[in-house]
Amino acid sequence: MIKISNNHSRRKFVKGAIATGAVLILGGIVSNQASAKLPITRLREAPGGPLPARYVMVLDLDECIGCGKCTSACTTHHFVPDAQEWIKVFKVKEEEQEHYFVRPCQQCQNPPCVNVCPVGASFKREDGVVLIDHTICIGCRMCMAACPFHARYFNWEEPEHSPEELDHKYSPEAPWPHQKGTPDKCDFCVDELEEGNIAPCAKACPTGTIYHGDRYQDVVKSSLKTVTLSEMLEKRHAKRFKEDLGTEPNVYYLFEGGKMVE
Amino acid sequence: MKAGNNVEDSRIKTGSRIEDNRIEKIQASMHTTTFSPVDASFFSPLMNTGKGFYLFIGILISIVGFAVYAFYTQLQNGLIVTGLREPIFWGLYMSNFVFFIGISHAGTLISAILRIAQAEWRRPIVRMAESITVMAIMVGALFPIIDMGHPERIVNVFLLGRIQSPIVWDLLSIGTYLTGSLIYLYLPLIPDIAEARDKLTDVSRIKKWVYKKLSLGWTGSERQKKRLHRGTTLMAIIIVPVAVSVHTVVSWAFAMNLRVGWHTALFGPYFVGGAIYSGIGAIIIAMFIFRKVYHLENYIKYVHFKNLALLLLTLNIVMIYFTINEFLVGYYGGELLELTWITLFYQGTYMLPYFAYLALGLLFPAIIVAYPKTRTINGIVFAAIIVVFSMWLERFLIIVPTLATPIMPYPEGFYAPSWVEWAVTAGAFAAFILLYSLFTKFFPIISRYEIKEGEELAQANKEKN
Repeated sequence: MIKISNNHSRRKFVKGAIATGAVLILGGIVSNQASAKLPITRLREAPGGPLPARYVMVLDLDECIGCGKCTSACTTHHFVPDAQEWIKVFKVKEEEQEHYFVRPCQQCQNPPCVNVCPVGASFKREDGVVLIDHTICIGCRMCMAACPFHARYFNWEEPEHSPEELDHKYSPEAPWPHQKGTPDKCDFCVDELEEGNIAPCAKACPTGTIYHGDRYQDVVKSSLKTVTLSEMLEKRHAKRFKEDLGTEPNVYYLFEGGKMVE
Repeated sequence: MKAGNNVEDSRIKTGSRIEDNRIEKIQASMHTTTFSPVDASFFSPLMNTGKGFYLFIGILISIVGFAVYAFYTQLQNGLIVTGLREPIFWGLYMSNFVFFIGISHAGTLISAILRIAQAEWRRPIVRMAESITVMAIMVGALFPIIDMGHPERIVNVFLLGRIQSPIVWDLLSIGTYLTGSLIYLYLPLIPDIAEARDKLTDVSRIKKWVYKKLSLGWTGSERQKKRLHRGTTLMAIIIVPVAVSVHTVVSWAFAMNLRVGWHTALFGPYFVGGAIYSGIGAIIIAMFIFRKVYHLENYIKYVHFKNLALLLLTLNIVMIYFTINEFLVGYYGGELLELTWITLFYQGTYMLPYFAYLALGLLFPAIIVAYPKTRTINGIVFAAIIVVFSMWLERFLIIVPTLATPIMPYPEGFYAPSWVEWAVTAGAFAAFILLYSLFTKFFPIISRYEIKEGEELAQANKEKN
């Protein structure tokens, strides 16, 4: 027991308390400043320098006929393993009417998958695209728990590789050959976008459901036409899927019907 | 306080009745009569190992070996050898992770909290509890690694770890907890190791070397005792918030995701409550086994079972409280997705394990412990067994039904663990029991020093009054 019986001990105690307080406050300020510099999402520059782009996709569900050509095109282009559908078409029955819901990766601006990744294998680029670095991923599947859209698939085994797939240099922007023990998802086909093209899924769509483009240029293109993004979003009352979760998707939906998804 | 060689001294010393033939049995098994009966109980396991023990260890090692083989097939072929698929991508491995880390709360509760509360009855059982903690953490912490798609890249978590990730929080808190628990187990063990060093001359060279090194030159001086007491008290105070943080952080690996059943403020307290609950059950079982196998009836008495049983009952009520909160609030609110999830328990796929948990984990243990008639040692141990079993089920039910609940227009997810997952699970339990058994062969499972400390304290108090 500390018996504070004279001024000397009391003074020592007070001095010590003030010193501790000062250290704590100083430490708080320093760490506050430091963490302000630490982004929640680790951004990487797109190859070739920073691109003043913010890529978006618009899905006109009123036009979708559920043919699944988008999924086939994507699978072919990326050598997507079996049992994975990076862009998936759901059939939604609502009362008497049937419609289709198309789900690519929503490329969220506040991506839960990036927030929870322990090693930063799930990362976001300056142009808003969320990618996977399969060379550092540990396969914990935390990102899959975090994604509210079921956009990610896991390679439970070594996928079958065609010679063309193997004859390709891996990069997160063009993530093949695929790797056992890591997840995969839609990568917004940034390699196509950077060349001014649209993704294979958008190109393959017979009804022009999928628009792909750049928010900063305010232009999106489908297989059938080119439109001004902001005008279309406003005119067609565009909405985002699971908006209330706050993940801020970069994918917009146009749908005049009732509920988009059951 | 030197103990004599005759029965009278022992009776006075321990304050309980020792069967004469039991003492003789113990002394005979030690091939010597230079040990007092008291010493005999403590050190007999360290000196004598029967054939039964070797057989037991052999069986455990084979189970672990089979588990290693199963894991090897997983390393070769990938996680496809498990039953995990989208949407249920976490299953038995993560359940075991949560379960074992939960069991590890046994040591903290008994040792640290009761030490701070100055509950004297804790003394004979603290080491059993503290060693459960260390073994359980070591086994439990393996499971996230076993569950990974690339276990060899675990080093990335250290090199590239992002502080924003719940997995890194797990690493930090579990790492801290393991270190703290090891220290907390080791400190009061030093005097007992020193005693083994001095008294056990008839053991293997390895053991002799271990005792010499680990006793750190303990001589029992007043200065050393004071330091030990201070260190142990400090660790007791530190380890309690660390332990609470560990299971809270483990719960956050689930709760931080926007998933029905997981994303609830209740998760931290729920996990901690469940951990302490299952931990107490584990100690009761360990107490019963060691008491029987090492003839420790003089030290582990009915009062220990009773007090732990009452603690078990307290935590049981806490768990019932949490369960009511979780399901009543969800059901009343009627949110569609939450109702889908709740239905999985009350009417759907997970009805059987859920009601088993309610009955065996919550209802029966409460009844058994609440009624004095059933609150016998055997009754209490039975209650502990069904508690531990049901809490394992409960860890499964925390993880899988949430993942089975569709958040997109998928059908309900299906998961059936494969033989690999069962083998690894069995291997983990076997490894835990193996480590624990080996521990008791090197170190006395009853903390002699703490009992002596208690007796000295009682003597000092008596002299004061």
